[in-house]
Amino acid sequence: MKTLKGRIWTFGDNIDTDAIIPARYLNTSDPASLAAHCMEDADPDFMKKMRPGDILVAGDNFGCGSSREHAPIAIKAAGIACVVAKSFARIFYRNAFNMGLPIFESGALHDRVAPGDEIEVDADRGLIRIGPDGPPLTIEPIPPFMQQLLTDGGLMGHLARKAAGRAERSPA
Amino acid sequence: MGMTLTEKILCRHTHLDRVHPGELISARVDLALANDITAPIAIAEFRRAGGTKVFDRNKIALVCDHFTPNKDIESAGQCRTVRAFAREQAIAHFYEGGNCGVEHALLPEQGIVLPGEVVIGADSHTCTYGALGAFATGVGSTDLAAAMLTGEAWFKVPESMKFVLTGALSPWVSGKDLILHIIGRIGVDGARYRAMEFSGETVAALTMADRLTMANMAIEAGAKNGIFPVDDTTRTYVAARSDRRYVADTPDPDAAYSDVLEIDCSAIEPQVAFPHLPSNVRGIGDVGDVRIDQAVIGSCTNGRIEDLRVAARVLRGRKAGPDVRLLVLPATPSVYRAALEEGLLAVFLDAGAVIGPPTCGPCLGGHMGILAAGERAVATTNRNFVGRMGHRESEVYLANPAVAAASAVLGRLAGPDDLP
Repeated sequence: MKTLKGRIWTFGDNIDTDAIIPARYLNTSDPASLAAHCMEDADPDFMKKMRPGDILVAGDNFGCGSSREHAPIAIKAAGIACVVAKSFARIFYRNAFNMGLPIFESGALHDRVAPGDEIEVDADRGLIRIGPDGPPLTIEPIPPFMQQLLTDGGLMGHLARKAAGRAERSPA
Repeated sequence: MGMTLTEKILCRHTHLDRVHPGELISARVDLALANDITAPIAIAEFRRAGGTKVFDRNKIALVCDHFTPNKDIESAGQCRTVRAFAREQAIAHFYEGGNCGVEHALLPEQGIVLPGEVVIGADSHTCTYGALGAFATGVGSTDLAAAMLTGEAWFKVPESMKFVLTGALSPWVSGKDLILHIIGRIGVDGARYRAMEFSGETVAALTMADRLTMANMAIEAGAKNGIFPVDDTTRTYVAARSDRRYVADTPDPDAAYSDVLEIDCSAIEPQVAFPHLPSNVRGIGDVGDVRIDQAVIGSCTNGRIEDLRVAARVLRGRKAGPDVRLLVLPATPSVYRAALEEGLLAVFLDAGAVIGPPTCGPCLGGHMGILAAGERAVATTNRNFVGRMGHRESEVYLANPAVAAASAVLGRLAGPDDLP
């Protein structure tokens, strides 16, 4: 996975999926339409301020609440490169890997950065660097199965690969 | 070392002899469900993966309950997508219109979920079915697409927390108050990634309605699932609804729990969760003077007939305050009919209530009861996040049906004992 470098936006603990994409916009699943309202109830001006390639940095339990996959879809379609949080709510965590939004857990990052800082996320080496010369912080390792999901382009890609593997091995 | 209730059920749905917390498994699912908001993405993913036929048309439920009756043209389009797929695949459990109710009230009521089953749903409140002694958890649409295709889902076997409930409930205290109290105690991520297993002498005294309410809100503590033991209450509830066979698992006596919490239920008074987290709870005696503009009684949390009976007991012979909009939404057509036959709807009409159709509508700020900036609602629903029921400067206070009804009468947060 290539190194992700970007300007950050910070959010606190318990950012719920209603804040990430309010239910009033769920009458569509079109990624661009959802992206237009990304993070709206956490910061109404977020989409006016952010640039594609930016990174979200949050506290504990990011993505709690509703199971709506529209939340990671909105973040990804808005052009956010990745999300780094102290911890993620479980359905959001699953959804992100299933649909291919890179997310990372770091207990240390959130308390050491300010909005507008630049960070570099090197997923392969499990490191985050604040600014060009900052000391490296470690990322919680991604379990092998989740890494495989990312490599295969999400859950459906993973299933397709598994099915293809079975077909190759079958005697027919 | 033995297995917890959750571990036993998951294990029985794999080829393994036992499973351990933290282990990644693939398990067979007995039911996969989605609603009008989450199904369209799942259907698109199903087709994108080349899917032509679902793994078992009898093990999928599609419930158009969120933005229905269709709130706008786009929502109508989403329901059309779900309906077309349900017809094409001859999905056995497809609900819309007059046979439709709020999914997590509807499916148990219709006998579609049984003890010991593994259920996944593209809706976070799928955990409701743990009340029946099933393993049930919310997932996203892509997970659901995969399950519709393969009949399986991947899980990390969760650690289990055990909640030992003791003591008798005080008047006007219900399952809603117990679960709000627990969430207040452990926090909105206090059970993150874990199973909440409920046990103890008080459980036997809890109605199925109370258990459904409690399991429903396990997700508000971050849990993967909430689960109750199967007992006579469960067996009686299920026998009236289904003749399918089921397995009633029990936890092993030497099962390992990551935490054991004892809850003295006799010390709990009606609870109110203040904005903007379900963990922000106070006893009804400590709420202060909080004026409300709207009271909502309904949802998958508290829209069952037992909930409407409690609300009617409080509202009989009384009227909602002049500045309060009281909304009552029976969660299913059967609940609606029972409320009609028992005379509860007349009580609500006399109290000045608007009686809505079975829909999730206002709970998630969809429609039928949206709040303006600065407005406050007391609601029997499950979430009070920023903007949950409307404008981001509106507020939601979560409570049980008796508190919601009493608050509607007085125009401020209050319990039934505060009524003259």
